[in-house]
Amino acid sequence: MPLDQTAKSGTPFSKVGTRPLRPDGLDKVTGRARFGADMTAPGMLIGRVLRSPHAHARIRSIDSSAAEALPGVKAVITAADFLDRQDEHRDILVNVMAREKALYDGHAVAAVAATSAAIAREALSLIKVDYEVLPHVIDVEAAMRPDAPILHDNMFTSGVEPRPSKPSNVAARYQFGHGDVQAGFAAADVVIERSFRTEATHQGYIEPHACLASVGSDGQGELWCCTQGHFMVRDISAALLGMDISKLRVTASEIGGGFGGKTTVFIEPVALALSRKAGRPVKLVMSRAEVFRATGPTSSTSVRVKMGVKRDGRITAAEAELKYQGGAFAGSPVELGAMSAFACYDLENVSVIGYDVVTNRPKQAAYRAPGAPMSAFAVESVVNELAERIGMDQIDLRLKNAAKEGTRAAYGPTFGPIGLIETLKAAKAHPHYAAPLGPNQGRGVACGFWFNFGGQTCVSLNINIDGTVALAVGTPDIGGSRASMCLMAAEELGVSYDRVRTVVADTSSLGYNDVTDGSRVTFASGMATIKAAREAVKKLCARAAAIWGIPEDAVVWEEGQARPAGPNAGAFPPLSLREIAAMAPKTGGPIAGHCEFNAENAGPSFATHLVDVEVDPETGRATVLRYTVAQDAGKAVHPAYVEGQLQGGAAQGIGWALNEEYIYGPDGRLQNPGFLDYRIPVASDLPMIDTVIVEVPNPGHPYGVRGVGETSIVPPLAAMANALSAATAVRFTELPMSPPRVLHALEARRMAQAAD
Amino acid sequence: MVQVRLGGTLQSYSGGRSTFEIEGANIGQILAGLGEACPRLKPLLEKGVAVAVDGEIYRGSLLHPVRPDAEVFILPRMAGG
Repeated sequence: MPLDQTAKSGTPFSKVGTRPLRPDGLDKVTGRARFGADMTAPGMLIGRVLRSPHAHARIRSIDSSAAEALPGVKAVITAADFLDRQDEHRDILVNVMAREKALYDGHAVAAVAATSAAIAREALSLIKVDYEVLPHVIDVEAAMRPDAPILHDNMFTSGVEPRPSKPSNVAARYQFGHGDVQAGFAAADVVIERSFRTEATHQGYIEPHACLASVGSDGQGELWCCTQGHFMVRDISAALLGMDISKLRVTASEIGGGFGGKTTVFIEPVALALSRKAGRPVKLVMSRAEVFRATGPTSSTSVRVKMGVKRDGRITAAEAELKYQGGAFAGSPVELGAMSAFACYDLENVSVIGYDVVTNRPKQAAYRAPGAPMSAFAVESVVNELAERIGMDQIDLRLKNAAKEGTRAAYGPTFGPIGLIETLKAAKAHPHYAAPLGPNQGRGVACGFWFNFGGQTCVSLNINIDGTVALAVGTPDIGGSRASMCLMAAEELGVSYDRVRTVVADTSSLGYNDVTDGSRVTFASGMATIKAAREAVKKLCARAAAIWGIPEDAVVWEEGQARPAGPNAGAFPPLSLREIAAMAPKTGGPIAGHCEFNAENAGPSFATHLVDVEVDPETGRATVLRYTVAQDAGKAVHPAYVEGQLQGGAAQGIGWALNEEYIYGPDGRLQNPGFLDYRIPVASDLPMIDTVIVEVPNPGHPYGVRGVGETSIVPPLAAMANALSAATAVRFTELPMSPPRVLHALEARRMAQAAD
Repeated sequence: MVQVRLGGTLQSYSGGRSTFEIEGANIGQILAGLGEACPRLKPLLEKGVAVAVDGEIYRGSLLHPVRPDAEVFILPRMAGG
């Protein structure tokens, strides 16, 4: 569905682009909204999961007889209660419940359902697991060494010719690029090569994973859960449990954050298996410690970047080597990190190699633009250093090399219309960029890119008898999307925003919808909403034509009314949506519009971030003084929620840059599985984050919409590092830039200066 | 014939070859033809790839038409967060 050129040429929208209150706002601020842990059922049992205390251990045996004998215990399950699948769901199956080995601290090994939480906890203590503790590996570089403990005997690196003869912890090697980087470096006046490291960070959603499962003796099941994709939960859970998809109905609760971390299953199949065995509903809610130990953080990484530049500012070559560990299973986001690393630049010579590595950590899960922030941290740090070395403004260097329409992307294809240059110019023109800085203060700039995706999408739009509109979508609302859907439906139908109500329908009410990920919902569900609304309008016009007794093509839809049009249409007074709806029961029945399709051409989004920090030379603490995000949204449907996405990405990126990290002890156990010791930013850590919405229309959407949810977390790591480096005259190459690390670097600089 | 280019990683399954001339009027036909021309790629293509046609990325549209002069680039299957 291409860009509607009338919209592009400036035809004013009457609803899209306004800022009405969100329809779920009152429920959320009053506590009426029901999240994953809020669901209950008669006869409900409480589930608990037993988790491995070892980073790597063979499971010799599990004796659950004492737990099963405990009064109040209704079911105990292990891996034996799931199908032993060897297909594409194998890793999820093994992650949900360990089989031969426990692969990380926190890996589930058994679960119980009991009549109370206290009995369930006691039952866990009665389960005897005989472990043979094995050597473990946590660090990505250590895991790649030839003498590293091997997690999987059947893992042979793919993407390498010839195929390796021995198993290793390197699941895959990836490569992208074009041109001749050696010739490019030879032509450069300045070449900089540096190595960088980032730590694993968790998505940090405030709501832990929670679900309520109920499976009857007839094999039919219901599941309520907090997830970014209930159709995905249904299909995978049914597969792991050997159920027909049609026998499992999944309803998504309100969601207290996901950021990519709720795009897979953890406890849902476990709760279903417990319920099936116990014959009663089972509620399973993770503790915060379980969320940290057993759900996906993102990868920790080791990245080397080399770039060359002429004195006039033209980048002649760029090269990167990325090593991402993705926990105990293949699938770190290194491939996306490699593809996005140099996407902001128009490069003749570029080469990126990535390694997907397994370690004894929880299986990584997607985290907002998965893989991109880490490679951007390295690349954008080197870009700034190039600018410093040739004495060029950090935005001017980027403008000189920026990707634009017609640029061959470093990952292969040629870009269509994109808005990177517009975001750079917006940042340069912003008063922030010219504001004076004080002592110990520095300013950083960085750019970011994300692909954006579409995917399978269904919506159903029903005209109610009172002329209001019921819109059912299948994509959980994680960022205000219900408000955006209402706006787009209202725009097409010509009714007011508050006449449309959008709900997230369960899996039995709509066809398959892909997960809410890839910044896809406002784009894809929005386009489906527009298509469904246009189908409904067509039916409304047909109904009016039938009432008037004129041809359907002699009726047009304008401002929420059917009007006769054309020379032979006749002079009938217009019929409003409300009037046609009221007559619907006696003129042919209900009127609705539907859309089932696969959205493509999501259109990438680019951003430029500016940040000022002040570093306390006595403590190493960095204070964020000012932050500005400029990002291309294509067309902002609800600008306040676009701004919220831009601000939220910046806030999470600031936490990633300054404080957040998974800390492991020598025993391979996570040392900080709680928000007291794993420090995410709080309101007092952040300034008001200013935003500039750039609108370069996406030709793949009728209104020009681009997804905005992920790009905003790509630049902050580098922007922060560049700001701290400017404030201290020390180049920071490792995250987090926590006070001890910054202080250590400042002291090293002082000692070096004293030695000179 | 459509000129089809492979991303770097996929080239490790084509003996380093980066460009193929494939007969096909839509994405599905081009992927089928590519699998015939390079059997080692077939499992990867069947598992799922993304296809960029004139810079627009398609992940699930085997029936999308492709002009003979289109820029076609085969990419790994991608997902976001």
